[in-house]
Amino acid sequence: MSTHYVSEAPFDPHSVERLTPEQERLYLASQWQLMWLKLKQHRLAVGSSAVLAVIYLLALFCEFLSPYNLHTRHTDYIYAPPQRVHVFHDGEFVGPFVYGYRYQLNMENLKREYTSDTENIQKLRFFCRGDEYKFWGLAETNVHFVCPASDGYLFLFGTDRLGRDMYSRILHGAKISLTIGLVGIVLSFILGIVIGGIAGYYGGVVDNIIQRLIEILRSFPELPLWMALSATLPVTWSPILVFFGITLILALLDWTGLARAVRSKLLSLREEDYCTAAQLMGAKPRRIIGRHLLPGFMSHLIASASLSIPGMILGETALSFLGLGLRPPITSWGVLLNEAQNINVVALYPWLMLPVVPVIIVILAFNFLGDGLRDAADPYK
Amino acid sequence: MIGYILKRLLFMIPTLFVISVLVFVIIQLPPGDYLETYIAELQSQGESVDPDRIQFLRAEYGLDKPIHEQYLVWASGMLVGDYGYSFEYGLPVNEVIGDRLFLTIIISVVTIIFTWAIAFPIGIYSATHQYSWGDYGLSFIGFIGLATPNFLLALVMLYLANVYFGTSIGGLMDPEYIDQPWGIEKLVSVLEHLWIPVVVIGTSGTAGMIRRLRANLLDELQKQYVVTARAKGMKEKKLVRKYPLRMSMNFFIADIGSLLPSVISGAEITAIVLSLPTTGPMMLNALQSQDMYLAGSFLMFLAMLTVIGVMLSDILLAMLDPRIRLQGSATK
Repeated sequence: MSTHYVSEAPFDPHSVERLTPEQERLYLASQWQLMWLKLKQHRLAVGSSAVLAVIYLLALFCEFLSPYNLHTRHTDYIYAPPQRVHVFHDGEFVGPFVYGYRYQLNMENLKREYTSDTENIQKLRFFCRGDEYKFWGLAETNVHFVCPASDGYLFLFGTDRLGRDMYSRILHGAKISLTIGLVGIVLSFILGIVIGGIAGYYGGVVDNIIQRLIEILRSFPELPLWMALSATLPVTWSPILVFFGITLILALLDWTGLARAVRSKLLSLREEDYCTAAQLMGAKPRRIIGRHLLPGFMSHLIASASLSIPGMILGETALSFLGLGLRPPITSWGVLLNEAQNINVVALYPWLMLPVVPVIIVILAFNFLGDGLRDAADPYK
Repeated sequence: MIGYILKRLLFMIPTLFVISVLVFVIIQLPPGDYLETYIAELQSQGESVDPDRIQFLRAEYGLDKPIHEQYLVWASGMLVGDYGYSFEYGLPVNEVIGDRLFLTIIISVVTIIFTWAIAFPIGIYSATHQYSWGDYGLSFIGFIGLATPNFLLALVMLYLANVYFGTSIGGLMDPEYIDQPWGIEKLVSVLEHLWIPVVVIGTSGTAGMIRRLRANLLDELQKQYVVTARAKGMKEKKLVRKYPLRMSMNFFIADIGSLLPSVISGAEITAIVLSLPTTGPMMLNALQSQDMYLAGSFLMFLAMLTVIGVMLSDILLAMLDPRIRLQGSATK
């Protein structure tokens, strides 16, 4: 018979299931930290947010990054095609440069034809002085990241019917196209939370009316309604007022989804004990909703809000494309695409369609990011 | 079942009422009425304006009455098929619209059938082959389809057709059939042109539906009854066809409610780009010239189209699923 064995080591309650430092951090992490961890695993979402960050930075510094101003016209270079940036000329290193253009009018189809003049080498300049602009509306300056040679031109994406550089215009247009989605989502977020909150918290008749209203609004084909509403904006309004008008119109039809989410969450959460406790202590509905109920599902709201940003950007693009949205001098990608409405012009000068590319990239990136956020919003799953 | 249909029809009345009020408000929103614009235009061209005629027009269209009476005139006219007067064309709205509305309906219906025909098999494939290369590839294409706004797609296709085939793919029929009475040949010509707008409009809807069908079917596939059936040795194909697929059919029909508004929106703007003889270009025109009665009628038609479409899908759903029929509400 063997002797009874007793371990000499002191008792350790975690000996079977020892937590690694990583596990311990995971168990101690707050909800937001968990969401962050989960979001980081969604590679597509991380990549998309990087892309979006770059694009927003580009928009923020658009005056500096673009070689020309929004309205600078080159009357000798109307509908000039995009120039290619070369580094070598005749096998010799020159540094980044473009060839100048020789212009001639094709008398057959009246197409403006430009040919590269390989004798005319125009070296690009960097951190150089060009068109004057007001940086963020604060300081007058004329420093640009890249400019053409002092007597040359630089049209990376070609020019439009007034000889304005498309590359500069697309960069400037990003500013408006990208902000309209954000401003719009803030408006629709507020509308959605307030209306959905009222419906969900009070229930009953109020809830019923709001529900019907949401159903009706959702059954409306969005775009025709947007078109009709934006056509009612007075022509006398200044472009900046029109900008806010369009944003408001976009938000007015967008809040329904958020309101529904808020309502259904509130309906289930208001039965919880902590809500009753707050009521017994005499908290007002506003405080209960704002302080106790909303934070519980804020992450879901943010995720679904981020998914409706692309819709807003598209809405603005579509409206401006049709000529019912923003008006020059305010320039967005949709306003730029408005020039590409006539297929006969586009067939001759296809670079007018280039603003399509950033629109699609931004929409895709927001979709991927929203997907990742939605998955991360529920980290306990 | 009849009770359900009746209930559903009754429910449409308040919906259409609210929509009509909304549309009427939009018609009234621009400052001044069309006559004022008209007078200003005449004056700027140096033409004299006969005040009697203006007065006559004002009385004829009830523009001198208070707002709520104007609404009553307009709404009751709608009910008996009098959609008001297009000031720009100088014709009653019915005559201006012609078969544009009919063509819009054709395009929308064909687009929805197209969407179903494409989305159904792909959705099933993606769900049953989750995380395979096929699934990833289709999802990626779907994402691009979802992100490409259909008017841009229309523009790009128009450009490609122009450059590579030298033809214009705009329009909905060969030029010789325009304004001709309907016949077999005209129908064939329409069908030949139809596929381009259908593909353009249907792409984003199809992509969205594939993703929703996939998610829905994946949910079903993880349920216990599927595991049970599998454990009992049921063949995979039969299993999917017999149970989860039927469950997600429900959702498939119900999804038309979210599909239809986007299809009609897409049809409008695509029609403008491709210059199809549907309601889109004319509505844009009416909006730009502030011919609000015409624009309002279009808006009302489109909304009605959606409401009726959603109602049909609800009835279909009730026929398919007894739970909805008996409880009287759709569960999504």
